[in-house]
Amino acid sequence: MANKKNYGMVIDTRVCVGCSACVYACKSENAVPEGYCRDWVVQETKGNFPKLTMENRSERCQHCENAPCVTYCPTRASHYAEDGTVQINRSLCTGCKACLAACPYDARYIHPDGFADKCSLCHHRIEQGLKTACVSVCPTGSLHLVDFNDPDEEAQKLMAGRIVYRQKEHAGTGPSLFWISASNKPGA
Amino acid sequence: MDHWQNFSRRDFIKISSLFLAGSAAMSSSAGQAFSGLGQSGSDENSDRIVYSFCEHCFWRCGIAAHVRDGKVYKIVGSEHHPLSQGKLCPRGTGGIGLLYDPDRLQHPLIRETKGGKQYYRKASWDEATGMVAEKLYGIHEKYGPGAIAMLHHGFGVSFFKQMFSQIGVNKFAKPSYDLCCGPARQASVLTYGYPSGTPEGFDIKNSKYMIFFGTHFGENMHNTAVQEISEGIRRGAKIAVFDPRFSTIAGKAEHWLPIKPGTDIAMMQGLMHVLISENLYDRSFVQHHTVGFGELWDSVRKMTPEKVAEITEIPADAIRTVAREFAFNAPAAFVHSGRRTNWYGDALQRIRAIHILNALVGNFKMPGGVVNFDKFVLKKPKTAHAHPPYEKSVYSRYPFFPDDEPSNTIASHEIVQQAISGEIKALMIYGVNLPETMTLGRETAIEALRKVDFMVAVDVLPAEVTGYADVVLPECTYLERYDALDAGRNFRTPFVALRQPAVPPMYESKPGNQIAKMITDKWGMHGVFPASVEAGLDKTLKMTGSSLEEIKKTGVIVRPETDLYRKPGVALNLKTPSGKIELASSRLRAAGFDAVPRYTPQPEAPAGFYRMLTGRKPMLTFGRTANNRFLGDVATAKENEVWVNTETAAKHDLNNDEYVHLKNQAGVVSEFPVKVKVTQRIRPDAVFMVHGFGHTAAKMTWAYKRGASHNQLISRTDIDPAMGSVGFQNNFVTFIKEA
Repeated sequence: MANKKNYGMVIDTRVCVGCSACVYACKSENAVPEGYCRDWVVQETKGNFPKLTMENRSERCQHCENAPCVTYCPTRASHYAEDGTVQINRSLCTGCKACLAACPYDARYIHPDGFADKCSLCHHRIEQGLKTACVSVCPTGSLHLVDFNDPDEEAQKLMAGRIVYRQKEHAGTGPSLFWISASNKPGA
Repeated sequence: MDHWQNFSRRDFIKISSLFLAGSAAMSSSAGQAFSGLGQSGSDENSDRIVYSFCEHCFWRCGIAAHVRDGKVYKIVGSEHHPLSQGKLCPRGTGGIGLLYDPDRLQHPLIRETKGGKQYYRKASWDEATGMVAEKLYGIHEKYGPGAIAMLHHGFGVSFFKQMFSQIGVNKFAKPSYDLCCGPARQASVLTYGYPSGTPEGFDIKNSKYMIFFGTHFGENMHNTAVQEISEGIRRGAKIAVFDPRFSTIAGKAEHWLPIKPGTDIAMMQGLMHVLISENLYDRSFVQHHTVGFGELWDSVRKMTPEKVAEITEIPADAIRTVAREFAFNAPAAFVHSGRRTNWYGDALQRIRAIHILNALVGNFKMPGGVVNFDKFVLKKPKTAHAHPPYEKSVYSRYPFFPDDEPSNTIASHEIVQQAISGEIKALMIYGVNLPETMTLGRETAIEALRKVDFMVAVDVLPAEVTGYADVVLPECTYLERYDALDAGRNFRTPFVALRQPAVPPMYESKPGNQIAKMITDKWGMHGVFPASVEAGLDKTLKMTGSSLEEIKKTGVIVRPETDLYRKPGVALNLKTPSGKIELASSRLRAAGFDAVPRYTPQPEAPAGFYRMLTGRKPMLTFGRTANNRFLGDVATAKENEVWVNTETAAKHDLNNDEYVHLKNQAGVVSEFPVKVKVTQRIRPDAVFMVHGFGHTAAKMTWAYKRGASHNQLISRTDIDPAMGSVGFQNNFVTFIKEA
């Protein structure tokens, strides 16, 4: 049990430029159909001219510890994998969209072939000891794949002493994506 | 009077879908992934990985193309190539969108006239290259080599330059130079005695303080620079951005200073004033290693922060703060020269002002400052064929046009003008979509294309320009061919990179190296090119102690890091007239120009009009990616928007996401409507729209009618009298609401 993984991500929005390299890398890695994506970029600007702030975020399935998509899936297609990620068994999925309605992060879509689809945290790559496609491609190094049962030194250092948040924590989903806020001062 | 019927003989032909029908099989209909793969996802173990370099922008990052079942299904950053280091921007990944573009040119095409109507017919390579060889040779014989010119954009052009050398033709222009990097190159030559390179000579990785004037890192995804800036932010480096728009990099900055457009030189003079008057500059460095300090001080003495604040609309205190922080962090601090530097026709002087700011704080060849990266020195085999002497080494009439770059001997707008005047009779156009290229405006470009006696276009896609050609030669993409070795760039670790095919050419397209060879063979000049491109590459690489076989494994040979920094007490021995950094340029003075930069006001917008600014989206590179369905398939990539300040939008009763037409100061109305983005992120006196949208060529089926053309709204250009570059930001637009 000591070796059990619990994968998630630490995303450093201080450096993200919103270029969408992660989106395209995912699309080709996972053969995501035209018109859909498994991850996406949000550029959020606050304030009034000329006092403005910006945060860029690469968003995707949050691989929740208490995932509504799993709870509400009538066929058990959506399930927790051994490594702490949330996965979809396509052969069990009927495309009923209960998970789409349940997901507070709008992370899912119905694949044209009739099943629900979303970020798998590149399950097939992690199995081979590789990082996810989005982590591998990111020119700014904003994305970090982390095993929260055994977080590496880099991830710990990144989060220590900084404003770090999770999205919609009040929903009780226990999301596995941690965001380093862009409001952290440079170098802080 | 119908102007065109009297003065030109060539109509625009929409490349017939008849010849493109075969491409339907390649079209990726909705619901299917764009890549060559099905929906199985990847398994790296069964891939064939081909290392090469990208062609979606000039940065030319190293790529690893993953091939399975004869299809490239994904492209990732090469871990071996120093400019990508395993990372890649969206456009690099998007190579598959070009390779499998259903609109690609498939066959050579020849223009025919029947019953007064012009059309293209499919031709064999033998016939098409035969016609090109014959026409070019005929014009060369009749009018001399000066009657032939080539406009080019893209790394594959080297073979055509070599081809033209055989008949003494070297009148070549790179519009990208005139519109983009030219002033930075020549400003560096005049100030430091050497040209600026790619990546630009800034030690970003080690810098503590970076100042940017309007350069949009993060929106222009210059991979290595973005990697290093991110590293800087993580390390605590501070950024100051002068930009009328809250760009992505401004979003990372400690200080965003929304400067009034066109007043940058005044701001730079104000910063110089503070550095000198507050004694913050590196007095010893300036004394020992520069010339012209007295003249410089005289020119900025009156440019106090208060005066500059009036001009630039940036508070005097903010000007002082930036200057002081810059000096405090120097020498690990720099002002970046940017990339697309042509704004107002005074860019040479503006970039000179940037270099002067850098010199004042003594950051030259210091960690975190200005550096001069080395290049990989590639020995080249002697060519068996000596070419006839060229008439001139440079044809431009601008005194500071480069005289040391054989691929760039004249400004592109001079070629356009010479085509119109009749001096140029034949044009080869390699990868330049001239009507949408910001050279003297759209109408002038089209006039030039119609006017020449013969025009041949080499392209991958049926870009608008190909519709004006007599012969269209379909080149295969960079993923299907060898090109020359890439050893031309400056970097910390000098390198030479290989472009090699990941898959064979699709349709009847051919690599440039074969096309050029077919033409020289038709001229009866055999042996100009090696028997095969592979043999030529291998021969060159063997002179460097490597081989084609060896470099194919990683796509690159990398030398160790070089020493970039100067040693105390050692003279710089620069190749300037004084051997020192020229704060005042003796060469500019001798040619009758200002030796030190001076601010001149730009024209103000007419009432109700707004200055039109431009830039990029991170996943697009203008024409090269305009028709890329893979890259276009993300909401933010589908069209361009016109950014309008909230206050300005209210004045014109504009709503967010509403479509409007734009009208410029000369009355030109955008052919297509554009979506309004109402935002706080831009000054009320300017609008912003990304270049490279609003294509009118219907055969570019993805790009056609998508967004509005920025290029179409350029009616005024400002040409730098010293070095011939083209500024186009003195164009102003207003809004026409949809009825």
